[in-house]
Amino acid sequence: MPIASLVHSSFVAYPTPRNLNYWWTFGAILMFMLGVQIVTGIVLAMHYTPHVDYAFNSVEAVMRDVNYGWLLRYIHANGASFFFLAVYIHMARGMYYGSYKEPREVLWILGVILFMLMVATGFMGYVLPWGQMSFWAATVITNLFSALPGVGGDIVTWLWGGYAVGNPTLNRFYSLHYLLPFVIAGVVVLHVWALHVAGQNNPTGVEAKTDKDTVAFTPYATVKDVFLTGVFSIVFAYFIFYIPNYLGHPDNYIPANPGQTPTHIVPEWYYLPFYAILRAIPNKLLGVTALATAIIVLAFMPWLDTSAVRSANYRPLYRQFLFIFFLSVIGLGYLGSQEPVGGYVIAARFLTGYYFLFFFVILPLLGLFERTKPLPNSISDSVLHRGAPVGASAPSPGAR
Amino acid sequence: MNRRRIPRRGIILACLLAASLSGSATLASAQEADAPPRLHWSFSGPFGVYDPQQLQRGFKAYREVCSTCHGLKLLSFRNLADPGGPHFTEAQAAAIAATFQVTDGPNDQGEMFQRPGKLSDRFPPPFANDQAARAALGGKLPPDMSDLAKARGYEWGFPQFIFDAFTMYQEDGPDYIHAIMTGYADAPAGFVLPPGGQYNRYFPDHAIGMPKPLSDGQVEYSDGTPTTVDQYGRDVAAFLMWAAEPTLDARKRLGFQVMIFLIVFTGLLYFTKKRVWHAVLHD
Repeated sequence: MPIASLVHSSFVAYPTPRNLNYWWTFGAILMFMLGVQIVTGIVLAMHYTPHVDYAFNSVEAVMRDVNYGWLLRYIHANGASFFFLAVYIHMARGMYYGSYKEPREVLWILGVILFMLMVATGFMGYVLPWGQMSFWAATVITNLFSALPGVGGDIVTWLWGGYAVGNPTLNRFYSLHYLLPFVIAGVVVLHVWALHVAGQNNPTGVEAKTDKDTVAFTPYATVKDVFLTGVFSIVFAYFIFYIPNYLGHPDNYIPANPGQTPTHIVPEWYYLPFYAILRAIPNKLLGVTALATAIIVLAFMPWLDTSAVRSANYRPLYRQFLFIFFLSVIGLGYLGSQEPVGGYVIAARFLTGYYFLFFFVILPLLGLFERTKPLPNSISDSVLHRGAPVGASAPSPGAR
Repeated sequence: MNRRRIPRRGIILACLLAASLSGSATLASAQEADAPPRLHWSFSGPFGVYDPQQLQRGFKAYREVCSTCHGLKLLSFRNLADPGGPHFTEAQAAAIAATFQVTDGPNDQGEMFQRPGKLSDRFPPPFANDQAARAALGGKLPPDMSDLAKARGYEWGFPQFIFDAFTMYQEDGPDYIHAIMTGYADAPAGFVLPPGGQYNRYFPDHAIGMPKPLSDGQVEYSDGTPTTVDQYGRDVAAFLMWAAEPTLDARKRLGFQVMIFLIVFTGLLYFTKKRVWHAVLHD
């Protein structure tokens, strides 16, 4: 097998646009995080017991009696948060610079699939310590399927492997939590493959045309990726060593008790925006539909966005609507962490409305009506004329 | 546990929108517990370590008072001699263990039997099971204390949680425990206590099942430390923090080494990156 030449063409000679900024390093950071999670996870699995009577204590034994077990567990638990932090930045970068647009639809859809796999994996991993939040998160999330008309109840029983969240549920979650990361790794290979077929997007959104537009992946992109991975690791290490429980919930240090519901069940922070969307809608089935739609709609972005221009740098209106969208998601995250009462519910409905309005109305219409700024002729052109008025003489390909 | 959940932490950037929303949102009810005072702990901050003397005092108070009702089932007697703990010698820890009666067996007659504890034994539970505890305590179940300092807390909500990330504030558990110890008071006029409840200003809904556990002078200290409820509260909370997080000293020590390495390494990477890119015009 031509492994050496494959590695050489993919990670050494591979031409990358010379104007990539640091937002483009999060792909490498995500690969790093996947590696960290798999390695720490495999070692943690050696010490974990997937049984309702022993799971909590086996995690505590990791923390207390396994050599550096506390380090492994804090890396893995905070690693999930930092994995999601990186993926959200990666996705936001793709949305800002129009990386989802033709010819990168397959690349983008594979990314959405990766995100969904991450959501599932992270959720099932959170259940494994079998603390109060683990148990009640499992109960709340699996119960979402009961909203499906007719078959809902049967599906929930099937998911649980019984008539309540119990030992069969924990066992299958453990099995799947071990399996899915390798599925993710496989889809990552496809994601990188698709990337290398279409080539990388770049901040101008203008395709690389000549050799002047690109540099070799190694050393140029490699050293940049490694540097920012270092910066990211410093923040990651700060959380692991100094505030390891900051992102966690105290209730998850209480062993699961099916007879006692916590006053306020909240998911991990990275699910909060979707949780807020779910709760913003009073009807359960509609709420679940909105939750699912909020994620699935991402896969349709390449077709919902009708603009011919990729980068938001040249789309003044899209840029503003997109920043409002980012703020809405952050706001939904905050509202998801609050009890759904009074003004919080109204605010969540308002922001949920904007979330869907953005995808289903603003994106399609903007492409038709927005006056875009003139694009540079090429990447090298934009780099050479940095500081000068951008493409003052270049005709605008503009909106179609 | 019937403590009210105060809003949990969201993502850091939540502040941006939250600032505009908080004005319109309904705020906490009058029943909300008072915020526990934030104390200074020897183990807070990047170089914090446990104070072995304080842990020994806290252990004494635990043993003489708390252990009547609260277990410590995840700890073994050997932990008392572990580095980064109360620094008992192994002989002292073994002597402490021997004062506890532990159920062992079955022996060759098929009978369970009692024997003095050994270093390898875990702390024996105060009650045979939860039902026995409830039967003895009027229906109330005292929580096991092994993880208590991490399983309790108080959240200050926005924007304090953002500052807490930068000040490395992780001591909400011990602060809360100390506050509960010191928060007993007479119920204010008009406050209706449920039967069996005690008024505590820091407990959610103010009605706690546990009677006031500590009074001034109740536990004797031989090192001249004041024997006040406030001091007991500090010592017990510190001891419980160690019980919940016995590897804290090692974690912060290793953390400092890792941070130094990462900062130097990343600095070198930065200059490598500059060197590699210096001849390339880019954006």
